[in-house]
Amino acid sequence: MKIKEIQDEIIEEFSLFEDWKQKYEYIIELGNTIELIDEKNKTDSNLIKGCQSKLWLYAELKNGKVIYTADSEAIITKGISAILLRVFSNQTAKDILNSDAKYIDAIGLKEHLSPTRANGLVSMIKQIKYYALAFNTN
Amino acid sequence: MSFDINKIRSDFPILKRKINGSNFIYFDNAATSQKPNIVIDSISDYYKNYNSNIHRGVHTISQEATDAYENARAKIQKHFNIRNSHEIIFTSGTTHSINLVANGFQDLLSDKDEIIISGLEHHSNIVPWQMMTEKNGAKIKIIPINENGELNMKAYDNILNSKTKLVFVNHVSNALGTVNPIKTIIEKAHKVNAAVLIDGAQASAHFKTDLQELDADFYTTSAHKLCGPTGIGMLFGKEKWLKKLPPYQGGGEMISDVTFEKTTYAELPHKFEAGTPNVSGAIAFGIALDYLNEIGFKNIYNYESSLLQYTTEKLKLIPNLKIYGESKDKTCVISFNIDGIHAYDIGALLDKFGIAVRTGQHCAQPIMDHFGISGTVRVSLSFYNTKKEIDVLYNSLKQAISMLS
Repeated sequence: MKIKEIQDEIIEEFSLFEDWKQKYEYIIELGNTIELIDEKNKTDSNLIKGCQSKLWLYAELKNGKVIYTADSEAIITKGISAILLRVFSNQTAKDILNSDAKYIDAIGLKEHLSPTRANGLVSMIKQIKYYALAFNTN
Repeated sequence: MSFDINKIRSDFPILKRKINGSNFIYFDNAATSQKPNIVIDSISDYYKNYNSNIHRGVHTISQEATDAYENARAKIQKHFNIRNSHEIIFTSGTTHSINLVANGFQDLLSDKDEIIISGLEHHSNIVPWQMMTEKNGAKIKIIPINENGELNMKAYDNILNSKTKLVFVNHVSNALGTVNPIKTIIEKAHKVNAAVLIDGAQASAHFKTDLQELDADFYTTSAHKLCGPTGIGMLFGKEKWLKKLPPYQGGGEMISDVTFEKTTYAELPHKFEAGTPNVSGAIAFGIALDYLNEIGFKNIYNYESSLLQYTTEKLKLIPNLKIYGESKDKTCVISFNIDGIHAYDIGALLDKFGIAVRTGQHCAQPIMDHFGISGTVRVSLSFYNTKKEIDVLYNSLKQAISMLS
């Protein structure tokens, strides 16, 4: 599926929740389904800066697609990372570079993207793009 | 005056807010306190009615502003029982005060000297000394902490010696709430002629400190921790020390005579108050002290002690919850973790319930390292909090844990 289609699908899913509890229960559930980073890649250089809980992100190129894996000590951070990975992982570098993360606003998680939240998600989106940029020029 | 919690709560407009549809509960008082109307109004009153630059103008409102500013200094003097009003420097807050002293000691110390810092310090209390010792070569020694989050006083005796020139301790730890035995620390430091700076930022909102009795050489606090505005604080320094320290910043107000060849510095306290000061902030700081003194620090202390006890007992009912820092002498700060759940997750969900807590290292990474943890959830209470709010915390925490388990 294309990035935009997955984003629309997520927006649709989140529109069904009646309150924040349902939404957060779902995020927590997603946290447990994330494509986990390999233990050997859980290095300091793969840590996302500015995060209260440790958050690792790794990327590799497979068959022309960028595959992202991640993990976090905090399950909510992990869940939101999973929402990012579901959209951006397994896409071409070019498509990733041509997309944005505005859907996070649309599903009412904008607060998590504020730079003051100290959860590292803004840095994570930047890092996702940096990886795509690196693979795009290769 | 009796302690009327309903009346007190009505003084704080922010407590009427709703967050995510729930009543706002503010448990991040160690980060900053909320402000009563009387403090908020004093700031707008200043700007509406007598805003002007101080100490220079001959006109009426400049006199009024100068009087109000100096009156605030007098209130601080009375509150902390300080011998001379010129021993009080208005700073932008505790961090500024510490930097002012550290800068002053830079030239007074050499690589033969040592300074002592407690292991319970906030980052702002560590970094300025590292910057200073990088320049003058003095050595930093640390007083370690024990399992209860208290300073190891035996270790202090061992590192204190004739080379020690300065001792730095916070009155109360921001991360754990431990009240440090500063009177003993000061007495011992004075026996080897070392000066002592006490960071009172976490103490001043909870109890009154008599600085003549304490005999600290320097003591600092920030107004925003005690119902005053941000950007203003005070540094007390004994006259003999403030005379010895060079000025920190150059500018207007701190000079008495200027030619291109030489400048003569102004007398204390103006020597350390360069530039146009935070006039409205200082005035509001004074009003905040008035407000707290009218409620009465004994009343505040008693009420907060019972809140602390209630909260601690209630939280201990939650399975797998560990409290960090259980000193017998502590302020109403409870730092905790729940087994298997990250502090950030707890904080994020409590926010959804309308409850503001702090999560993370609390700018005190060395303390977290000591306990081998990456952070805690910190509930820090104030006299305007209630047991009912603690009950809401308890119930919300239980729900959050069940969501996260």
